[in-house]
Amino acid sequence: MTHFHFHDPYQPLDSPVHRLDPRVKLVLALGFILTATLLPAGAWLSYALMGAAAWIGAHLSGLGIRRVLRRSMLALPFVLAALPVVFTAPGPSWLTFPLGPWLVSVRGEGVIRFLSVLLKSWLSLQIAVILVGTTAFPDLLMAMRAIGVPRFLVMTFGLMWRYLFLLVDEAIRMLRAREARSVAPEIPGRRVGGTLAWRARVTGRMVGTLFLRTLERGERIYMAMVARGYDGEVRMLSMPSLSYRDLAPLIGGLLFLLGALLLGWMF
Amino acid sequence: MLPLIEAEGLVYVYPDGHPALQGVSLRIYRGEKIALVGPNGAGKSTLLLVLGGLLRPTAGILRVEGEDIGNGDPRRLRAKAGLVFQDPDDQLFSPTVFDDVAFGPIYQGLSEQEVRERVDQALEAVGMTWAASRVSHHLSVGEKKRVAIATVLALRPELMLLDEPTAGLDPRGRRELIRLLRGLPQTMLVATHDMRLVAELFPRVIVMDQGRIVADGPSHEILRDEALLEAHGLEPP
Ligand SMILES: Nc1ncnc2c1ncn2[C@@H]1O[C@H](COP(=O)(O)OP(=O)(O)OP(=O)(O)O)[C@@H](O)[C@H]1O
Ligand SMILES: [Mg+2]
Repeated sequence: MTHFHFHDPYQPLDSPVHRLDPRVKLVLALGFILTATLLPAGAWLSYALMGAAAWIGAHLSGLGIRRVLRRSMLALPFVLAALPVVFTAPGPSWLTFPLGPWLVSVRGEGVIRFLSVLLKSWLSLQIAVILVGTTAFPDLLMAMRAIGVPRFLVMTFGLMWRYLFLLVDEAIRMLRAREARSVAPEIPGRRVGGTLAWRARVTGRMVGTLFLRTLERGERIYMAMVARGYDGEVRMLSMPSLSYRDLAPLIGGLLFLLGALLLGWMF
Repeated sequence: MLPLIEAEGLVYVYPDGHPALQGVSLRIYRGEKIALVGPNGAGKSTLLLVLGGLLRPTAGILRVEGEDIGNGDPRRLRAKAGLVFQDPDDQLFSPTVFDDVAFGPIYQGLSEQEVRERVDQALEAVGMTWAASRVSHHLSVGEKKRVAIATVLALRPELMLLDEPTAGLDPRGRRELIRLLRGLPQTMLVATHDMRLVAELFPRVIVMDQGRIVADGPSHEILRDEALLEAHGLEPP
């Protein structure tokens, strides 16, 4: 059987960050992202502090700053959505140039806002990368429960994560089966593979098949749950209590974030 | 002695109108290990689902220890019978192996302490204690099958219903699974295409074809009846 190792972001290393209780990590990561969001534009000192904290975390976690930076870049293109702010913000313009029938001006205030959005998003992504890189998904689920995410949602996330891999496997097997039956032309230059419309139909049917298989699997999984007593209510074992050793980094981290936030708003 | 499970004239028609069981009668006594054989589409999996209380029979009588529950609460049946599905990926739906094995005991309302004990014992029985914190999609097929059996063992069922337990296993995995099944004390009904497994492990065989039971008796007799086996698309071991 093929076994496609869908890229699990979790890196099973042993580091102080890995050993930290997943609940503490989740709360700190969410607190970090919240702080970054609440910071005003142009609070460069706070950004620098937060960046330093993220990099210390990356270093301590054993993931390495390089890897964390690289992975966090992947999602950066989405920040481009904020680009128009460069031209629409109020304030004096730095530079004006014609674009077709319009005159556009780059505004100083806009550039500052854009750079701030860029930095804030990037910092948040770095923290997210560190969180999922040092916390196994089952532990993250437990942490979600701990901070009050509804159990039903937690179970749904768990099922999604569990079957994502299988679904990818199944899709890859189907693609491979199609590949195996798609031949190269016997006479060089001769067109093979049918018309575009035909290929589109085949692909459409493959997607349909995948969907049906998924539905049927869903039904079988539900039966397997019912067979073991599932009655529509989600029950889980209670969680271990937080140790004092984990409280110190939790409180320390939250105080740091609060400090960065105050600093950003006051100066 | 009262049979553990007794079925009389069980009929099951799938919602699309396909009659998968067309009058099945059988008795299973405590402690028996029974093989269920038959060609593809004979209705073996359907019968297991009905006996496991997951499909409600369209017609017929189903008794558990003499008590008629065909039209009653299927949960009574689910409490007695533990079903191991053919594809362990259907059975293992939780994030970790521990969570999966603990699922049944948690729903039985056991205390946390008891749940942990059950999980430990079940994983120990299938030799998978080391995997408790593993994520199930990283296990091999044979390991997944063992864990799937553990998820049912943890429920302490009186009857184990297994659907093609040796399918997809390599020879060593198959040997280990046979050893495991042999060592389990539970009553068992096992659907399989593996006739060597039948000869080795099961004193009694039920042969199904087209939704009916066509033979039911000691394996050494049925496995020698080549005409019967041939008539129903089977091969002697
Ligand atoms: N969900 C379903 N809806 C409709 N018909 C079904 C469904 N599941 C099975 N069937 C039909 O019921 C019949 C019995 O199927 P079943 O899966 O019980 O056979 P089986 O003996 O387990 O076969 P196999 O050896 O291939 O596993 C088959 O003809 C099958 O097509
Ligand atoms: Mg079957």
